[in-house]
Amino acid sequence: MRSVKGRIHSFETGGMVDGPGIRFVVFTQGCPLRCLYCHNPDTWKMKGGEEYSPEQIIEKALRYKNYMGPSGGITITGGEPLAQPAFTGELLLQAKAAGLHTALDTSGFAPPAARAAVLPYADLVLLDIKSIDPEGFKTVAGVTMDYTLDTLNELKQMNTPVWVRHVIVPGLTDKTDEARRMAGFLKTYPNVEKVELLPFHKMGEFKWEELGEDYTLADTPTPSAELMTEIRTIFKEAGLPVD
Amino acid sequence: MEQWNGFNKGNWNNKVNVQDFIQRNFTPYEGDESFLAGATDRTLDLWKTASKLMKEEVKKGILDAETSVPSSITSHKPGYLDKANELIVGFQTDKPLKRGIMPKGGIRVVKNALAAHGYELDPHTEDTFSNQRKTHNDGVFSAYTPEILKARKSGILTGLPDAYGRGRIIGDYRRVALYGVEFLINEKTTSLTTLKTPIIDEEVIRTREEISEQIKSLKQLKELGDLYGFDISRPASNAAEAIQWTYFAYLAAIKEQDGAAMSLGRVSSFFDIYIERDMAKGELSEEMAQELIDQFVMKLRMVRFLRTPEYDALFSGDPTWVTEAIGGMGVDGRTLVTKNSFRMLHTLENLGPAPEPNMTVLWTPRLPLGFRNYCSRVSITTSAVQYENDCIMRTHFGDDYGIACCVSAMRVGKQMQFFGARANLAKALLYAINGGKDEKTGDQVGPSFTPISSEYLDYDEVMAKYDNMLEWLANLYIKTLNIIHFMHDKYNYEALQMALHDDSVLRTMACGIAGLSVVADSFSAMKHAKVKVIRDENGLAVDYEIEGDFPAYGNNDDRVDQIAVDLVEQFMDKLRHQRTYRNAVPTQSILTITSNVVYGKKTGSTPDGRKAGAPFGPGANPIHGRDTNGALACFASIAKLPCEHATDGLSYTFSIIPEALGKEEKGRVSNLTSLMDGFFLDGGHHVNINVLDRDTLMDAMEHPENYPQLTIRVSGYAVNFVKLTREQQLDVINRTFHRVV
Repeated sequence: MRSVKGRIHSFETGGMVDGPGIRFVVFTQGCPLRCLYCHNPDTWKMKGGEEYSPEQIIEKALRYKNYMGPSGGITITGGEPLAQPAFTGELLLQAKAAGLHTALDTSGFAPPAARAAVLPYADLVLLDIKSIDPEGFKTVAGVTMDYTLDTLNELKQMNTPVWVRHVIVPGLTDKTDEARRMAGFLKTYPNVEKVELLPFHKMGEFKWEELGEDYTLADTPTPSAELMTEIRTIFKEAGLPVD
Repeated sequence: MEQWNGFNKGNWNNKVNVQDFIQRNFTPYEGDESFLAGATDRTLDLWKTASKLMKEEVKKGILDAETSVPSSITSHKPGYLDKANELIVGFQTDKPLKRGIMPKGGIRVVKNALAAHGYELDPHTEDTFSNQRKTHNDGVFSAYTPEILKARKSGILTGLPDAYGRGRIIGDYRRVALYGVEFLINEKTTSLTTLKTPIIDEEVIRTREEISEQIKSLKQLKELGDLYGFDISRPASNAAEAIQWTYFAYLAAIKEQDGAAMSLGRVSSFFDIYIERDMAKGELSEEMAQELIDQFVMKLRMVRFLRTPEYDALFSGDPTWVTEAIGGMGVDGRTLVTKNSFRMLHTLENLGPAPEPNMTVLWTPRLPLGFRNYCSRVSITTSAVQYENDCIMRTHFGDDYGIACCVSAMRVGKQMQFFGARANLAKALLYAINGGKDEKTGDQVGPSFTPISSEYLDYDEVMAKYDNMLEWLANLYIKTLNIIHFMHDKYNYEALQMALHDDSVLRTMACGIAGLSVVADSFSAMKHAKVKVIRDENGLAVDYEIEGDFPAYGNNDDRVDQIAVDLVEQFMDKLRHQRTYRNAVPTQSILTITSNVVYGKKTGSTPDGRKAGAPFGPGANPIHGRDTNGALACFASIAKLPCEHATDGLSYTFSIIPEALGKEEKGRVSNLTSLMDGFFLDGGHHVNINVLDRDTLMDAMEHPENYPQLTIRVSGYAVNFVKLTREQQLDVINRTFHRVV
């Protein structure tokens, strides 16, 4: 079988914040979402990037096997890796065959066939849930939340570990009652191992300017340490491990 | 001897053999740090007193200086910080932090250094060392050739130890504790009386004179003990004495010599044997053991030498390189990590971070996990530890080697080096292009070749000329070092340090190179992009324009990394062909200390696009900002450099912000451990680890008073960040800080 090539934005050789241990991180090109706070808007376009076969990427990743230790591995992020399902599925499969721990960093926004081609091959999924409120989700991401919920449910059925990621943006996702709802909801998923609450930052703003895109959060402040603690406490009290 | 009761016997009982003593008596420790004790109130009080003096010192530049009596082992009355509370005693002069003078190295240097700090040299002392007694510095300059003087001035050879002590010699200070001075004097006396040779030529005369000098210095060492009220003619009988005896031996060395690097060796696990024996007898608790180590380290933090402003610009931050090698594995497969390896690192927590002693962990993934994780933890909180590849070095040097200065391994007591500073390979490239003319002055410094005349640089043409230029440089370099070390032996011989060596030692001629990443990137630019030459009105190439992209060293790209690998071998091969003083074995290091800034300043624009005056990458580092593929790619590039052609060590400085190392503390610790396991498995030689925020450094630049103990690793050593010159602070801040957004 000839393997399908994927469009790649870039690689990071020493990622230590996208999954456990030290990781080789693959940024795929192309994303159907338009999150208001996106810090990689340069990965949006479906065209562009550089083409790589899974074999080429595995060869690159394996050069760093010595560094990965007992817990590290490869993380596929983007962009949205599920937007190139055949490639991403093959890449994860080959990575597992090469003895690498595989993590998929995704918004979960993909139709059923795409999910079926990819999700079974991930040892861990970092699932970004933009908001627990359907309207709020649409405001932040520009798409509906249905696929994301489907993804979460399928991962529960497969018993695949999930780390939920959720960005706290003042004025958008900073309400404590929503945090309570989300915590209560996630509690019903025993495969959710961890919740990573990330404070909104503007480090990607310059990229929006470079791309001529209108950055609407220019005046939005970063969340206060107190607010972050308050929201973390809500999740902790619900019995969820929080980072 | 009664002091040896309770130790396992062996060859060490009959002949000096510290390695044998350690192997037969040490207790490997495979656990974690949970046994450690905090600092005692007595230690904290003493440290407060010391810190107050150091604060005053920072304000004044230096606290005090001797102006007339040249420093020797017995030159000064005993000095104390707070006699009642000091468990380990002894200072270089009669007062803590008061700097001694060592005019045997050079009287002008002493005079200038004193003047720079507002002190005046005693006219009698000046007369003695100007007119009655020749110095090392005078000796060197009376033999230098015009060609050497030119090369020295232009900066193609820089940092040569011709106006300061060469250092990088490690006496086996442990011998004094294990055997007592008497035993050592007897051994050396036997050596001298049994030295029967059929002829007496220069070499034999020198050997006889040196052993006599060594015996004399050992007698002075005994007197030094007497001055402080200790009889060190006999072996140490407990842990406190073992540490004190060892410290006296080291103290004698730093009273006699002000070498650039005055390293300690490998004492931690040696002391552990005495501590374990005392504990088994019920005479020592964990708290007391830590107190002894804390107080010993406090003394090492107070070592001072008098330096000139030019020296400070080269080796910034008042470094002394009291390097202590910690950990490693024994050749029999047992780890040499002991509880005292932990205690030594723990001083960084008990007393707060500090650049000295230069804590150097000999790392391999075979070290117990508890120790590796403790090292990572201490690195994350203090940025004061460096790491070297124990597997690579144990293969060459056995399991009782120490580290001199930053990265240079040598068998303790069996090997010494002639320190050679470094040659500027980037400048040599510009000489190759300009036919031996200096790019800044237009002076003919190198041999007069036909310069490159084409508009664009051709890789093969430049490489051919460069090879010739390196041939010249290697030859000139060794000739220069031969003069320096001949004169150092003659006028400023390290009698005490050599008394703590075997009679017959292996000598290396430790050359060094600077600008490796500049040259590698330059050739990469010639090969993969187009490099246009900009010439001034005299036809001198003074700048370069690069058209297109080229792979840069530090991204795990073989197209350029291989150029760097080949360069290391190319220059080393040329050094190997030279004839050296005392048949020293030529070696090479890739290490710049903070001098990457000064070298950069003295070097014009280079074909990689680096502008005139801009700093080089330190040591084996890539040029700032060119390593863009993440931390592992950079580690992998460095690990390719051939250690067998750089046996004197190659230094890499790695800086990362805490957030990029992981989200929580536990993850950060295990990630750092994995990083180092990977790097050393890959074949890396050395790494400095800094876990710091750039914002912290910026703030420290503006408000130094808030950061008296902020420590940062530079190439091969650690410094108080606030003691660096502003230029060097900026250089550190501009370096790549690995981060993930």
